[in-house]
Amino acid sequence: MREITYAEALREALHHALTTDPCVFLIGEDIGVYGGAFGVTRGLYDEFGAGRVIDTPISEAGITGACVGAALTGMRPVGEMQFMDFVTLSMEQLVLQAAKVRFMFGGKASVPMVLRMPGGSGTGAAAQHSESLENWFVHVPGLKVVMPSSPVDAKGLLLSAIDDDNPVIFVEHKLLYKQSGHVPEGDYRIPLGQTNIVREGQHVTVVATSIMVSRALAAADTLAEEGIELEVIDPRTLKPLDDAPIIESVKKTGRALIVHEAVETGGFGGEVVARIAQSEAFAYLEAPVRRLAGVDIPIPYNRELERAAVPQAEDIAAEARKLAQGVY
Amino acid sequence: MTANIQMDEAALRRFHDVLEERGPDFMKKMLLDMHVIRAFEERAELLYAMGKVHGTMHLSIGQEGNAVGASNALREGDYLLNHHRGHGHCLAWGSDPSRMMAEFLGKETGYCRGRGGSMHIADVESNNLGANGIVAGGVPIAVGVGLSIKMRQTEQVCLVIFGDGAANEGALHEAMNMASIWDLPVIFLCENNQYAMSMPYQDAFNVEQISQRAAGYNMPGDTVDGNDLLAVYSRVRQAADRARSGEGPTFIESVTYRYKGHSKSDQQAYRTRDEVNDWKDNRDPISRYAMLLTEMQVASDEEADGMRPAAVSTIDEAVAFGEDSPDPDIADLLEGVYA
Repeated sequence: MREITYAEALREALHHALTTDPCVFLIGEDIGVYGGAFGVTRGLYDEFGAGRVIDTPISEAGITGACVGAALTGMRPVGEMQFMDFVTLSMEQLVLQAAKVRFMFGGKASVPMVLRMPGGSGTGAAAQHSESLENWFVHVPGLKVVMPSSPVDAKGLLLSAIDDDNPVIFVEHKLLYKQSGHVPEGDYRIPLGQTNIVREGQHVTVVATSIMVSRALAAADTLAEEGIELEVIDPRTLKPLDDAPIIESVKKTGRALIVHEAVETGGFGGEVVARIAQSEAFAYLEAPVRRLAGVDIPIPYNRELERAAVPQAEDIAAEARKLAQGVY
Repeated sequence: MTANIQMDEAALRRFHDVLEERGPDFMKKMLLDMHVIRAFEERAELLYAMGKVHGTMHLSIGQEGNAVGASNALREGDYLLNHHRGHGHCLAWGSDPSRMMAEFLGKETGYCRGRGGSMHIADVESNNLGANGIVAGGVPIAVGVGLSIKMRQTEQVCLVIFGDGAANEGALHEAMNMASIWDLPVIFLCENNQYAMSMPYQDAFNVEQISQRAAGYNMPGDTVDGNDLLAVYSRVRQAADRARSGEGPTFIESVTYRYKGHSKSDQQAYRTRDEVNDWKDNRDPISRYAMLLTEMQVASDEEADGMRPAAVSTIDEAVAFGEDSPDPDIADLLEGVYA
């Protein structure tokens, strides 16, 4: 199978949606001629025109509101926040409008929109361009939250998100845009709400999201040489969370490590830990459930400080090794 | 023309234009609609005082002319986005008072199945996209509705109504700019009822008229007397014609006054009783329009006088329907969050 990058996979999904569904349009800052700040929409403006690949002024609340209004009246907008950080400027439209309209109206309206946004650190962009805010949205009933960790997931999940009749927060990662992988051509979908067991193993369950999946896989390679087998699990959809495979895995391994880039306090990891603790897997635990997450600071500028602020492959390996060896 | 009613040339022309185009029954129906709104809200207040209403409410008594004038200037199929003080707009849009009252009482038969209440009444089937609990919350959504209309190439128009308070939210700036650069079929109707909760608009703006803001977006902006139903009707109609012909959005400031407090707990320390009474006694939209219709012989005195009892009777039925309706079933608590 051919290999394409994560950014190309996203573009292929957008291209497919624009080609097959006249209700789909893209809207965001610099997504037209410029091709998007990270190049995801490159070429789509030339092919589909300004009417369907809409460049906006720098107006994040306006972009999000435009998505809500268009979605309420029969369209399927795909909005883009240039950086995930900037979604803070549109929280009202997203949290108080998009997420709540259906429920407030007694289930009589739907808001089929996707808001794409690149999160994460590692680019030296410092504290206002490196946020990982996914758990804010996990906390909001009415929203779905998707975080693809690979090119194949990026394509398959984006097409499913566009097809979904609910507002979907689609969190991409800046460092993954250039990562390559096998991606099926044509209409390829991965259903939302399906947790993926990326690598099977018997000693420690590692639940990781977004870029932490590839780092967990690297850690698994390292530990395999030491005879420690990690089972790497990617929820892919954080909300609604398909927790059954996680619980089954922990019953098998008796050990669980949750890894994400967002800061630890109030992070998604706490939810996963709670799901494990509340489940039948609790009785199978042979060690405390551990979290490995971003430290509780804004993302720093300096390269070494930035790297130290979020989990790296070696950190995951060290933490999993301790769990496997009963040292914690 | 008698001495009681004073109309300038423009007002007289508006009157004859509407009479000629829409006919006397239409003009009389608008008077009835205002009475229905007032009766609905007076009853809402009473029900609240009687302890029959669980939540809060925002009454638009005194602002009926704006709601009825604006809604009637549009066509079936057009869209409405509305604000928290929205009972009147919803009724003027043609919503069923019984299902509205049921919603107000939190019943399953209400427009939102008792999940929304006073502040969120919507009737999606009639393109009424809802009242909104967030000041200026509906305004960016209007941009999306306008875009959607443009993409679907229909001749619809989106009317978004908000207050003077919303005119100072940043979201309005983004939305007006986007609507303007894309020539969207949106009518921004700012209901200036003088106070954003307690803040007088004179203290919140450094312009004489809020409509001056429109110049910054290169869209037409006018201020009309919001208690003159036909003035609102005509200006909104003109804006709708402009929108339908693809020329883009319009901003209209409609100056009116709310007789009641902001919500149920307002002591109204920010204004005088004399000021309120002056508006009630001298500028009431219902009295003014009733006088116009009778003196211009569109309606007889009997017809005009009969509308208040008819409206009260409609609201009696609405309350009975609401009170007789079942509460939502707690077993359905989780419904409606996701499609």
